[in-house]
Amino acid sequence: MTAISRPKSLRTPRGRHSYSLAIGTGLLGVTVVAAILAPWLTPYDPLAHNLESILAPPSSDHLLGTDHLGRDVWTRLLYAARLDLLIGVGAVITPFVTGTLLGAVAGYYGGRIDMAVSAATDMLFAFPYYVLIIALVFSLGPGIPSIFIAMAIVAWVSYARIVRGEVLSARGQQYVMAAKTLGYTDLRIIVRHILPNVITQPVTYAMSDIVVIIVGVVTLSYLGLGVPPPTPDWGSMIASGQSFLTTQWQLSTIPGIAVVIVGLSFSLIGDGLTHRLRPE
Amino acid sequence: MALRYFLRRLLRMIPVILGMTIIVFFMIHLVPGDPARTLLGPRAPAEAVEAFNLRWGFDRPLHEQFLSFLGGLLQGNLGTSLSYNVPTTELVAGRFTPTLLLLGISGMFAMLISLPLAVVAALREERTPDHVVRVIPMVGLGLPAFWVGILLLTFVALRVDWLPVGGYGATWPDRLIAMILPGLTVAIGIAPFTIRSLRSSLIEVMEADYIATARAKGLTGVRVLWSHGLRNAVIPTVTVLGVNLGWLVGNTLIVEKVFALPGLGALMIDAVLERDFAVVQGLALIFGLLVVLVNLLADVVRASLDPRVQLT
Repeated sequence: MTAISRPKSLRTPRGRHSYSLAIGTGLLGVTVVAAILAPWLTPYDPLAHNLESILAPPSSDHLLGTDHLGRDVWTRLLYAARLDLLIGVGAVITPFVTGTLLGAVAGYYGGRIDMAVSAATDMLFAFPYYVLIIALVFSLGPGIPSIFIAMAIVAWVSYARIVRGEVLSARGQQYVMAAKTLGYTDLRIIVRHILPNVITQPVTYAMSDIVVIIVGVVTLSYLGLGVPPPTPDWGSMIASGQSFLTTQWQLSTIPGIAVVIVGLSFSLIGDGLTHRLRPE
Repeated sequence: MALRYFLRRLLRMIPVILGMTIIVFFMIHLVPGDPARTLLGPRAPAEAVEAFNLRWGFDRPLHEQFLSFLGGLLQGNLGTSLSYNVPTTELVAGRFTPTLLLLGISGMFAMLISLPLAVVAALREERTPDHVVRVIPMVGLGLPAFWVGILLLTFVALRVDWLPVGGYGATWPDRLIAMILPGLTVAIGIAPFTIRSLRSSLIEVMEADYIATARAKGLTGVRVLWSHGLRNAVIPTVTVLGVNLGWLVGNTLIVEKVFALPGLGALMIDAVLERDFAVVQGLALIFGLLVVLVNLLADVVRASLDPRVQLT
C-alpha cells in the first residue's frame, strides 16, 4: 500500500463509458432500422391468420415459428418494435418538459410555488408506480392515448425532483448572481443560464425513464389494459403465449428478450451520456 | 425519545394521506363527462345510467361526493364493491397476508442477491467482476416482472416437482414454498437498485479512516468487511429500498397476477378488469398507505442501524 494514493472516487474512469455509449447506440440503431424496414424484412402480414400452420416451430418459412392463430412471430416482433419504441420515446417527452419546467420554477422561486410542487411530487411518489398507472388507465379506459396521459400525469414527478434540487444549488452560484445584476428577466435566467447547466441530469434520467415506460406499456398490454389486440405488441404477445408454456415456450420468451435488448440499449446510452456530459 | 419521533412522523403523515385521498377520489372523476357512461359503456340504456348515478351518488355535486367519501373513510368504510355487492373492506381483509408475505420474502431475497454481488464488485473495483456486476442493473431495469415470472414458471416450476406452478398453499409450509418463485421475481425487479447502491456505498465506506484503523488493529479481512464495512454500507441501501418501495410494491401487483396469488394486487387487477371502481379506488388508497407506513418503518430501521441519526 502506497503512502499517498488518490482516493478511488477521484480517479478518472477508464474508457468503458465510451464503449457503453457506442454499444447502446449500435443496439438501438439495429432495432430501429429493423422496425422501420419491417415490411422488407418479412413477407408476412402481422395480422394475417393462417389456420393451416398454427403453433408451428421455428423453420425456414417461419424464422421464429407461428402463434396460436398461425401468425408469423418474427413479423409480429418487428411490427411490435415500431409501436413500443414509438410509445416509449413519445410518452417521455411531455413528462420531461413539464417536470423540468416545474422543477426549475420551484427551485428558482422557492416559497409557495416550491411548497405546492413539492407537496404534489411527495403525494404522487407515495403511490406504487403500477398502482397509479393501472388506476389511471382504468379511469381513462384502455388504449394507447390513455397510456400517454397516464405517463404524463405520473412520470413528471422524478424530473421535477431532480431539476428542483439542481436549480436550488445553482441559484446561489456566481453566474446566476451575475445575470441578475445585469438585470435579466427571471425567464431568461432560468431558460438561458440555469437550464443549460443542469439539463444533463434530467436528460440521462430520461434514458432510464424510457426503459421504465416501455416496460410499463408492455406490462399494461400483458394485463389487457394497454395496446388492444390484434395490434402486435410485445406485452400481448407474451400474454397470448402463456397458454402454451409447456409446448411452445418460445412464444412468451422471445418478445421478452426484445424488451430486454431495447431496455439495455437505452440504459447503456444513459450510462455513456452520464460520463460524457459530466463536466470535468 | 424514539416514541416521540415516531408520533411526530405519524402527525406529519396526515397532510400526505389527505392529499392521497384527494388524488384517489379525483382519479375516478378524471374522465370528462359521465362516470356512469364510462363504466357502463356507450351502449348502456339511459335508465341504467340514471339508476347507476342515483345508486352511487354520481348525480350529487362533486364536493358533496368527496365529503361523503372522506366521511366513509373515517368510519373505516371504503365503499361497496360493484361486482360482489359487499363492502370493499370485507373483500380486502383476507388479502393482506399473501401480499405482506410476498413483500417480506422479496425484500429478504433482494438483500441475499445484492450482498454477495456488491461485495465482489466493490472489492474488485474497476476489474472484470466489477464490470460484470455493473451491467446487471442495466439489464435488470428493462426486465418486465411478469416476464421474469413466466420464465421462472416455464424453466423452474414446470421442471421441479416440489415447486407449485402458481397458487397459494393451505398450510404455512406450503405457503412459504409457494412464495419462493414470486419472491424471487419481485427481488429481481428491485435488485438493480440495491446492488448499485450497496456497491457504491461499500466502495466509499472501505476508504474511510475507521476501516484503515480496523485493518491496523490486525482484524481479519472478513471481520473488517462484515462488522465495519457492510454494517455502515447497508444504511444508505435501506434508504434506497424505502425510496424505491413504490416500485417494489407495484411489482408485487403484477407478480401476484402471474403466480395466481390471492393478494391485494391480484384483487386490484381483477377489479380493474371487471370495472369495479369502488374496489380500485379503495385498493389504490390502501397501497398508498402501505408505502407511506413501510417508509416510516424504513426510517426507524435506519435510525436503529445508525447511532448517528438523532431521533428528534
